[in-house]
Amino acid sequence: MKKLFGLLTAVLFLAAATMGEAATIVMDGSTTVLPFGQAAVEQFMKENPGVKFSVSGTGTGNGFKSLADGSAQIANASRFIKDSEIQSCMAKKVYPVPFAVALDCIVPIVHKSNPVKSLTQAQLKDIYTGKTTNWKAVGGPDLPIVVVGRDTSSGTYGTWQEMILDKGGKARVTPRAQVAASSGAMLSSVSKNKNAIGYEGMGYVNKTVKGLQVDGVTASAVTARNGKYSLSRFLYMFTKGWPEGEVLDFMMFMQSDAGQKIVNGTGFVSLRELKK
Amino acid sequence: MNSKERGAAAIKEPAFGGRGDRVMSRAVFGVAVSGIIILIFILGFLVANGLPVLATNPLSQILFSAEWYPTEEPPVLGMAALIAGTLAATLLSSLLAIPAALALAVFTAEIAPRRMRNVFKVMLEMLGFLPSIVLGFIGMMLIAPWMQEHWNIASSLNLLNASILLGFLIIPVVASLSDEALAAVPIEMRDASYALGATRIETIMKVCVPSALPGITAAVLLGIMRALGETMVVLMAAGGAAIVPHLLTDPIRPLTSTIAAEMGETPVGSIHYHALFFAGLILLLMTLVINLLSLYIEKRGVKR
Repeated sequence: MKKLFGLLTAVLFLAAATMGEAATIVMDGSTTVLPFGQAAVEQFMKENPGVKFSVSGTGTGNGFKSLADGSAQIANASRFIKDSEIQSCMAKKVYPVPFAVALDCIVPIVHKSNPVKSLTQAQLKDIYTGKTTNWKAVGGPDLPIVVVGRDTSSGTYGTWQEMILDKGGKARVTPRAQVAASSGAMLSSVSKNKNAIGYEGMGYVNKTVKGLQVDGVTASAVTARNGKYSLSRFLYMFTKGWPEGEVLDFMMFMQSDAGQKIVNGTGFVSLRELKK
Repeated sequence: MNSKERGAAAIKEPAFGGRGDRVMSRAVFGVAVSGIIILIFILGFLVANGLPVLATNPLSQILFSAEWYPTEEPPVLGMAALIAGTLAATLLSSLLAIPAALALAVFTAEIAPRRMRNVFKVMLEMLGFLPSIVLGFIGMMLIAPWMQEHWNIASSLNLLNASILLGFLIIPVVASLSDEALAAVPIEMRDASYALGATRIETIMKVCVPSALPGITAAVLLGIMRALGETMVVLMAAGGAAIVPHLLTDPIRPLTSTIAAEMGETPVGSIHYHALFFAGLILLLMTLVINLLSLYIEKRGVKR
């Protein structure tokens, strides 16, 4: 009986030891970062067999939550961390370290049949606060404007709020604004409604909708990097404390030319012009 | 041994007692008590996390203001639009679905031939298990574009779209349970009714349905509660605008979809976090009211 017990403990110890060795690195957070985050992780795992990642996208706010409670080592974010989130991290002795990994343009999107080509930031603000309610007022057809926004757990929502609505005094988004629960839902509701206007990270804008110019500038890698396109932002990965070991390796990979090529390949803007 | 003899044998055995029975009854008691304790714990957790919101926002503001801006500083937490959205969707979907479901139940239990009934039962039960996200997807990809094209409305992600989908969700549940209730009405009652010269429709309407009424009521209320608590469908198809709906084509934002959409961002312990728990508490209260209503109706049914 005693022997059996000893054997059992030995087996348990062994299991614990091997489990410790093959620990998976958990990445959670923004759905905007997900496409290239996932692609980069796959590439990294191919080059470093033995390293295990588990990746999920639950929204920027959730990512910081996972970072604070220790369930994730890397939190993807489509906006910078908020003061309140830093505090909740610090309360659990987690020191979040930001790494900028890509640039993104937020593009106002409308239905393909909409003749409007460009809106100014002021017009966008009027539309989102509910002051402008007809496409006629901004040079479109005589149709009501259906405003579509993102839910509050989206980092894209936070960026939009800051860049458009809070410009020149705080403003509230109209209560009539519809809420799309994900980037995909946003695309489908704008692509199926000729009255709708929404916004989306550049990597997600596809042919089913029409991206608008902002103040006459088209969103592109060039206009994002030189700052001409006013609605561009950094995308981040936050690590739990200063990264070490495999997490550090991955961060270095993410910011290397190889990692930035993956960023480019998924429709986002790499941090620098890559040598061809 | 035929069934009568087996029944007699079962009665002859002692009903309770003996060591095996004691152990069994204690085990069942233990499981039941632990279940109740867990339920009480959940309720306590909800209350403990929901009530702190009242310290900063008075109840009257939460219940009667329609301004929902939880991420502002300080947060503005008027839930009137959310509550109105929940009630509107529940009411409209019940109005659309329950008559149809009851008609279906009467048909399958009383009118349809046995073989047809079996097919219907299987179909209803399968539909009852339809994942709600699939239904939400259908609403988004099929019903919404169709409405948009044919009805010339501002947005087709609205109260009506969500209610139609919720209706589809609860029809199988209500129909299937009502059918069971009707099928449980003893055949002798029908025979008696026919013997007194009642027609088939009179038998159904004046004998079967009234005597199955408690079961049917339970089925209907279960359906209503399903519509009340459903999250995915309203998150996907209701549009999500926090306004008190005036038209069928206004977008709505029920409490459930608000909790689902916003729980991700809220820091634990913030006012917004407590507000979402309070929203959960309101939902719980609504189901409680419906439950009490069902008890009341059943009691009245018994008295008659």
